[in-house]
Amino acid sequence: MIRVLTALWVLLIATPALAAVEIQEVTTEGGIDAWLVEEHSIPIVALDIRIEGGTSLDEAGKRGATNLMMALIEEGAGDMDARAFQAAREDLAASFGFRAYDDTVMITADFLKENQDEVIALLREALITPRFDQDAIDRVRAQVLSGIASDAKNPSRIASAAFDGMAFGDHPYGTSPDGTVDSVSALTREDMLTAHRNALVGSRVYVGAVGDITPEELSEMLDTLLGDLPEDGPALPEDTDVALEGGVTVIDYETPQSVALFGHQGIERDDEDFFAAYMINHRLGGSGFESRLMSEVREKRGLTYGIRTYLVPKFHAEVILGNVASSNATIAEAIDVTRAEWDRMATEGMAQEELDRIKTYLTGEYPLRFDGNAGIASILVGMQVIGLPPEYVVNRNDYIEAVTVEDINRVAGELLRPEDLHFVVVGQPEGLEQATD
Amino acid sequence: MLRLAALLTTLWTSAVLAAEDVTTYTLDNGMDVVVIEDHRAPAVVHMMWYRIGSADEPVGASGVAHFLEHLLFKATDTMESGEFSRVVAENGGSDNAFTSYDYTGYFQRVASDRLELMMQMEADRMQNLRLTEDDIATERNVVLEERNQRTENSPGALAQEQFRVAQYQNHRYGVPIIGWKHEMEQLSLDDAQSFYDLYYSPNNAILIVAGDVEPQEVLALAEQHYGPIPFEPDLPERIRPQEPPQRAERRITYTDARVSEPYVTRSYLAPERDSGAQEKAAALVYLANLLGGSPFSSALGVALQFDTQTAVYTNAGYGATNLDTSTFGITVVPTEGVSLSEAEAAMDQVIADFLENLIDPVLLERIRNQLTASEIFALDDVQGRARRYGVGLTSGLTVEDIQSWPDILQAVTEEDIKAAAREVLNKDQAVTGWVVANEEQAK
Repeated sequence: MIRVLTALWVLLIATPALAAVEIQEVTTEGGIDAWLVEEHSIPIVALDIRIEGGTSLDEAGKRGATNLMMALIEEGAGDMDARAFQAAREDLAASFGFRAYDDTVMITADFLKENQDEVIALLREALITPRFDQDAIDRVRAQVLSGIASDAKNPSRIASAAFDGMAFGDHPYGTSPDGTVDSVSALTREDMLTAHRNALVGSRVYVGAVGDITPEELSEMLDTLLGDLPEDGPALPEDTDVALEGGVTVIDYETPQSVALFGHQGIERDDEDFFAAYMINHRLGGSGFESRLMSEVREKRGLTYGIRTYLVPKFHAEVILGNVASSNATIAEAIDVTRAEWDRMATEGMAQEELDRIKTYLTGEYPLRFDGNAGIASILVGMQVIGLPPEYVVNRNDYIEAVTVEDINRVAGELLRPEDLHFVVVGQPEGLEQATD
Repeated sequence: MLRLAALLTTLWTSAVLAAEDVTTYTLDNGMDVVVIEDHRAPAVVHMMWYRIGSADEPVGASGVAHFLEHLLFKATDTMESGEFSRVVAENGGSDNAFTSYDYTGYFQRVASDRLELMMQMEADRMQNLRLTEDDIATERNVVLEERNQRTENSPGALAQEQFRVAQYQNHRYGVPIIGWKHEMEQLSLDDAQSFYDLYYSPNNAILIVAGDVEPQEVLALAEQHYGPIPFEPDLPERIRPQEPPQRAERRITYTDARVSEPYVTRSYLAPERDSGAQEKAAALVYLANLLGGSPFSSALGVALQFDTQTAVYTNAGYGATNLDTSTFGITVVPTEGVSLSEAEAAMDQVIADFLENLIDPVLLERIRNQLTASEIFALDDVQGRARRYGVGLTSGLTVEDIQSWPDILQAVTEEDIKAAAREVLNKDQAVTGWVVANEEQAK
């Protein structure tokens, strides 16, 4: 007997350029909330599950535990060892993804409709009864250690490790979620069981599903898959400040091109000025070739192949970040130009014409994101994680349109603070001195 | 193990594959047109592929194909530098371009009602590009920084470059797509302009439009915007120096302090998909899967990562779709404490055992079924479907070859795989590369 408690939202996006994305909210008998877009033209289903917590739940001295645990989820469950589990998955032609992020863990499944029940039964085994066999722990631990060794020689990763350490200190954001050689080497099977218990928590689940599946089927599937997860988990981390001062940190590394990571305090996702900040960032260093930084640093001066900036609103802290790579001889000039553009946007903002152009792009581009089952499932779950309602997909372009040039110019002055910009440069930059304001 | 046998009975059908809806056409000036319908979302991908890549470059001008790709975003008679991408963005679209050994391609993804504008602009830059010395000087620095980012800053990429030089001693596949640095620094306006004038012609181009469109409307728009561009009478036949038979093993050790862990790779010359003759390539797709596909079930994975703790990573890969002779590659990253000699010996033993032993029919059927399933999943990726045609058509295949490929894959037998393995897995037709941080690791 299946009873689906469905509060059915039917959202047809209205403008002609927009995809007809119909989001249904499904609440299962067991109380799990999920969003669904039915797409019956291809007999496949994409499922995207996020659980709040993530690697920030690593216990003291156990850095890397959540990351290793998530990598082990696909390495044996129930009466199947790693090879038997993978053989079963391959026989079903299903793809599973298990990833650990700062604030969430992610579980994805892409499968053929006709194998749905077997795939869900198999995935349930992985989530509820993972084995964490010692040989699997040792094998995957060696892979994680290999990745840590590789990061230690990768200029971009060296830069982000240094930046995160300075910005977030003792907060989990301040260290790599992969852990260190020492911490990962010391992890035990007991630590895996603890990390599993802490990270996979029923009350913190978000679900997006897209494909050849009905709300009734999804509801039953989710209760099977997730119904036996523990209801409560450990306390989530505290918020933290960004303890970063303006300046330049140079990390000597013998390589021809210097890599720079830069940024300062950002803006919260639910701040009422977030849309203005989003549009400011887009103009300053957002995607594509149209940003001021791409124009000034790449197109006009040929100093780099690419420069980007990002708003990064994490759950417990916010930063605005950017990155650029340029030859050791020219990175100083690239940084000077970047500072100047940061300052110009902060003090002058942008013209009405520029704002109009951004609005045309952002409102036109938004519906094109709803492309392919897995991509749409990812959008659905991402919206829930940050607390947006389903009708956001309908209203989102109105929020963009409502931002005025006055908003932009006020927020630019608050958001962008050239004197607080800190650059971490990895390489052998010429004419660039270590400096802290 | 009983469980696996039971699951194998739940096979799915491939009836859904007939859904692919593709229309092809050739304009009077020789331009090929492929339209792929997918009406799930009101969006379209507009792609222009040229049958010209880095392996077609004149000697001494390596990197010019890719350099020109960058320059196509500069001014034309009627559009200013950068205006192309700006107009795409103003219409809510995204655009980019790519260069490979065998092709150069440009694409925009937009709402389907903006298709005509894309065609108008793409047709414009096929014939009206106006390059300046300023463009050359600045953009040359950009591609040099791109080389820094992709290659000079990456010991793995530098090693790979050396291995390809050793692999291809006569064919231009041995020269990097982005170019050699010393030649890139000398690329001139004239290099780019002459390449453009000859090869950016409708009879050397393939238009692919995929998404929410009607084929007849696309064809009418293509006639209108691309039809008037004149046929290039001097377009040469695409004949490139071919690789001679390799008769002796080649070995290289690349040393770079930035290497985090040593590894060994072996790359064999291997046949590619040829028009009307794709069977051997299909067998090699299975061989790559059986040798080093899944780490949990492939020969290398089981022997080196499960039965012994020899490697932290194993892989086998094969590039089926190439205009000329391709490669079949194997990589092993040894576990700490295992030397490269030991890792390579273990890898060779796996290959020898594979050639000696029967192929597990369960594994073979599993791969066959996964290939069937991948065709169904592929229907969800309209841009991927467009790319499949673009890569195939610029690599000497026909639409019929591309459409028959899934069936040819399904028809591969154990005997085909063993025969292909015996032909390809010969050290005298391979480059074995060691990548190390210091001399100690190369012992």
